Amino acid sequence: MIKQYLKDSGAYLWSGWGAASALLLFVALWEYGHQVYGSLILPSPTETMQALKGIYDEGIAVPASITTAKRAMFGFFMAVGFGSILGMAAGLSMTAARAMRPIVTVALGIPPITWVVLALMWFGMGGGSAVFTVVVTTLPITFAGAMMGTRTLDQGLKDMARCYHTPPLMMLWDVYLPHVLSYLFPAWITGLGMAWKIAVMGELLSTTDGIGGEMALTRISMDTAGTLALLLLLLAMLMAVEYLMLEPIQRKLEPWRNKAGQGNFNTPKGI
Amino acid sequence: MLRWENISHRFGLNDVLEDIDIVLEKGKVISLVGPSGCGKSTLLNIAAGLFDPSQGELVNGFERLAIVFQDHRLLPWRRAVDNIAYGLKARGIAKNERHKIAGKLALRMGLDDDDLSKFPHELSGGMRQRVSLARALAVEPDLLLLDEPFSALDVGLRRDLQDLVVSLIAEHGLSGVFVTHDLSEALRLSDEIVVMAPDPGRIVYRQQIALPVVQRDETYVFQAVGELMQVSAVDAAFRIDEKAA
Repeated sequence: MIKQYLKDSGAYLWSGWGAASALLLFVALWEYGHQVYGSLILPSPTETMQALKGIYDEGIAVPASITTAKRAMFGFFMAVGFGSILGMAAGLSMTAARAMRPIVTVALGIPPITWVVLALMWFGMGGGSAVFTVVVTTLPITFAGAMMGTRTLDQGLKDMARCYHTPPLMMLWDVYLPHVLSYLFPAWITGLGMAWKIAVMGELLSTTDGIGGEMALTRISMDTAGTLALLLLLLAMLMAVEYLMLEPIQRKLEPWRNKAGQGNFNTPKGI
Repeated sequence: MLRWENISHRFGLNDVLEDIDIVLEKGKVISLVGPSGCGKSTLLNIAAGLFDPSQGELVNGFERLAIVFQDHRLLPWRRAVDNIAYGLKARGIAKNERHKIAGKLALRMGLDDDDLSKFPHELSGGMRQRVSLARALAVEPDLLLLDEPFSALDVGLRRDLQDLVVSLIAEHGLSGVFVTHDLSEALRLSDEIVVMAPDPGRIVYRQQIALPVVQRDETYVFQAVGELMQVSAVDAAFRIDEKAA
């Protein structure tokens, strides 16, 4: 048991080296870009860290991060909650799934920026618009993931479950959920990445606070280092949530997958 | 008693089964033998209550049935012990109790404690089928349905599991329906053999076997297969398969 644990954490730490060297390589490229283009276009990593320290000392960084985190996470959990449950419900019925497909396609195709514009007209300036945009853009992803997961459960397993007279709750817990989770996790992780980006975008256009609000100010003053500093702040929060929250949950919930030696299902966080 | 009463079935425009009438008496084992596409698995699924036949009726006088599938159908995300205990959980039996029963059964199936905590993909094909068999027996059925349970296993392993099934049927006093395309398997395990032919699925030959299962040795089985293949209806049924292939 302990041996296995050490082996697992050892492997995990070792995989960290790969991540660390990739990050350092990225920073090196960044520095090179800075030397080619100069501070106005691309401030150096050092300048960016100084700018980050600056906004921290001014007492901007922490409250702005908290505000944005609240909006992103509130929107994210709303979308995850409703999207996952509704998606699974739709997946149980062939008719509902067929009917929902084009709607999901349309919903996924709407550019998030149009939602921000609409939200501004419907809800006016303020955090509500940002949260709304996060919910409406993240929900279709989790909905589609849950629906696909539910639809793709092996018919053989369903028949088996019927032969053994499986009660509905057990059907959900032992048969459907573990399978659906393997579709939900990538959807959640994609949704999480989107939630942060959309929250900042919404804030930039509709509020004066949060990371997006601060970014609007750096834009006005052409403060590239400040913009990058805010970006770093955002990325740090995103990675913290993904690696400290979602990954451990996934490993806890899907031990059969870790043992299968398959990688995790993290997908690129594209919009 | 289990009776398929004048059963016909169609999937869409295809006649899968035509006028099938089979009776399984308590304590007996019937084998449904035939080439693929003869509807033998469909008959088994009808017996399992997975769907109703288009015509005719299924009369099931048994109290509880359990089924072993060709492709084990274990939950990939549950450990062997929980897969064995699946039917018990469905019946609302507490965790400790069902794990105890599962552990005992696993031992009887030739699985050890180590195997119990493994996930299905960590077990070999034969082990998975043992788990699947244990899952079926855990619910204490009086009727056991076996849908080509060993066809994916190699010969030696298949013999071991056949012997295991024979002794389990005797120990638990089970009745059984055994679907297979292997005549020697049928002759080794059952009291009655029903040979079926496809297009549409129909019965072409039946034979009772009086010799007790435990007394059937290799020589008997080989000889009986030879005799059965001499019957023109049986021979024809399997030739159809060759043509199709």
